[in-house]
Amino acid sequence: MPNCKTVVPYNGTPEQELRLREIIAEHKGQPGATMPVLQAAQEIFGYLPEEVQIIVAEGLEIPLSEVYGVASFYAQFSMNPKGQHRISVCLGTACYVKGAADILSAVEQKLGIKTGSITKDGKFSLDACRCVGACGLAPVMMVGSDVYGRLTPDQVGPILDKYE
Amino acid sequence: MNLVRSHILVCTGTGCTSSNSLKIIDAFERELTEQGMEREAQVVKTGCFGLCAMGPIVMIYPEGACYTKVTPDDVPEIVSEHIVKGRIVQRLLHMESDEGGTATSLSDTTFYKHQLRIALRNCGVINPENIDEYIGLDGYAALGKILTEQIPPQKVIDDLKASGLRGRGGAGFSTGMKWQFTHDAVSPDGVKYVCCNADEGDPGAFMDRSVLEGDPHSLIEAMTIAGYAIGAHQGYIYVRAEYPIAVDRLKIAIAQAREYGLLGRDIFGSGFDFDLELRLGAGAFVCGEETALMTSIEGKRGEPRPRPPFPANKGLFQRPTLLNNVETYANIPWIFTHGSEAYAAIGTPKSTGTKVFALGGKITNTGLVEVPMGTTLRTIVEDIGGGCPGGKKFKAAQTGGPSGGCIPASLIDTPIDYESLAAIGSMMGSGGLIVMDEDNCMVDIAKFFMEFIVDESCGKCTPCRIGTRRLLDLLTKITEGDGTLEDLDTIEELCYHLKSSALCGLGQTAPNPVLSTLKHFRDEYVAHVVEKRCPAGVCKNLLRYTVDAEKCKGCTLCAKNCPAGAITGAVRAPHVIDQGKCIKCGVCMDNCRFGAISKG
Repeated sequence: MPNCKTVVPYNGTPEQELRLREIIAEHKGQPGATMPVLQAAQEIFGYLPEEVQIIVAEGLEIPLSEVYGVASFYAQFSMNPKGQHRISVCLGTACYVKGAADILSAVEQKLGIKTGSITKDGKFSLDACRCVGACGLAPVMMVGSDVYGRLTPDQVGPILDKYE
Repeated sequence: MNLVRSHILVCTGTGCTSSNSLKIIDAFERELTEQGMEREAQVVKTGCFGLCAMGPIVMIYPEGACYTKVTPDDVPEIVSEHIVKGRIVQRLLHMESDEGGTATSLSDTTFYKHQLRIALRNCGVINPENIDEYIGLDGYAALGKILTEQIPPQKVIDDLKASGLRGRGGAGFSTGMKWQFTHDAVSPDGVKYVCCNADEGDPGAFMDRSVLEGDPHSLIEAMTIAGYAIGAHQGYIYVRAEYPIAVDRLKIAIAQAREYGLLGRDIFGSGFDFDLELRLGAGAFVCGEETALMTSIEGKRGEPRPRPPFPANKGLFQRPTLLNNVETYANIPWIFTHGSEAYAAIGTPKSTGTKVFALGGKITNTGLVEVPMGTTLRTIVEDIGGGCPGGKKFKAAQTGGPSGGCIPASLIDTPIDYESLAAIGSMMGSGGLIVMDEDNCMVDIAKFFMEFIVDESCGKCTPCRIGTRRLLDLLTKITEGDGTLEDLDTIEELCYHLKSSALCGLGQTAPNPVLSTLKHFRDEYVAHVVEKRCPAGVCKNLLRYTVDAEKCKGCTLCAKNCPAGAITGAVRAPHVIDQGKCIKCGVCMDNCRFGAISKG
């Protein structure tokens, strides 16, 4: 998983930081607060750069290594920013046996990027995910919160064009 | 409560929501107002009906008409014909896939005829966002009886044991025994916890999700009963963040239960306190393992730890903890309202009750089915599922996801229960049932699951971290045509080492997909290794696309479409594929109008 330190400069706003500090204050002292706080932080900033992790660690008074440990463990947390449109192609078993791998390579080909990365203009990011639970519609792809089901590779191009 | 003549039930499970059922609800509300029927009919959002392949689904009562694949454009017609004039819209009625006839009521269809819905009893029946509807169907009656009659906790546990209920998360441990252990455990400060595993990580399984989305109160009721039985006052539901609809409905349900005094202090005036908190998982398959799940609720990296001590003695925050899965809990209110004998009478003597399966893959009726234990795979795949689409041959069914195994077509009459599945090298698992046809390569499937495990291995223990990686390398080698027969032996040996030495269930069961495909489809592995051939035509490195010179008309379509420029030939003369340049994308075959291109 390409979840290393990001090369994109941090550009969090004071408002975002204030919101994060409020959330930290709400959860402080509560057992097992790290994950809910990181989930909220990702919601606010869209990803979890080092700067944000430092705020969380200092706020919750826990070592930064522990915050980083949690942030790097779970697939949901990302240390890289995501595209304006987040594409995730389901690679759950039901989708896989119905040809999801071909859908994924069609998206990779169309955008010219690899799974787990982002287009240069920041418009699209592409991830593979494990089961969105819409197995009846397999194979499935999500763009943002829009779900496209019963896909064939040739439908990928026209769908993505809608988001250009 | 206002009484209406018609109820329009629209599925808002994830499957139907993904095919735009929310727009259908808007359309109904708009259309009912426009046609002046808003006092006559009410639109109800429900959970999953199970027939996801035919979604979005709309049911209209009292007629019980089931409309499938409804679009917002169909809504004006349904309102003017069905609601206003009382005439059923025949063209939208659910079609039977096998007989071609139409059935007005869902229970008449072969899809539902073989089913028995206990865990899913309320899914698709009630509005999950309205606690009154749950209560209207005996909801919270079991909890009310237990608390107001002050039934001793030991009696509650004994009743549960008598029902024979076993864990629906996969391993099948006796639920009653689990409750007993946690009940008997002594906590240093008296604190115990009840947890629910709603981190449905098996890719291709969505049973728990449908219960959470369609009937969240049954989970709350069951966890409260569990709290009373083992002496806990706090519960946690660990649910996947990838299930936003489920999370929302759980939040609503918990708030409503608190408002009604069914959660919180002094429930039913009995003096018993119990409350629930939601914790969102963050996408780690290993967190479905019980100790890892608890570590994750504690806010740490979700790594498992050695057992013993078992969670019943030292679980969440080092206190005795009871952990059951969503489907297990969903059965519990039913058991207490209908009696443990009634439950034990369903299924087989050792595997009582029912099991929910998420039917997916190469099957006509993808969706959610609940059948009595002991139902044969044939009934599920052929009768309920309607067989493989396109007249393809059924090859195998995979149960238990990355921890389970494949059941080959030759064993299609195997009854589905814990023992029978274990005996043939698979497992019940949480309920994912993926059907594969002749076009699926079993080596590729084994590799797919191993890739999943390599991704999801937490890295804490060496056998799993390194062993799965090595297994994947070997499987990749075979699918790329570089495998040897010795590799097959190495794979088997490695699998047994991994099974016996990994720290947690994830690693111990990881070899199952490989071992079961090796056992039942060894000839397919051998074909890859010896003949350098993929019989199903999936493994790209072993594929060769060739043009049949007799059938080729020289239309040049293949050459024009080939992205690699690998096809040459003059107009009206047979074309040739340069194997060195071919990238095996299959575009030529898709485009050929004369069926002149074959792969193999």
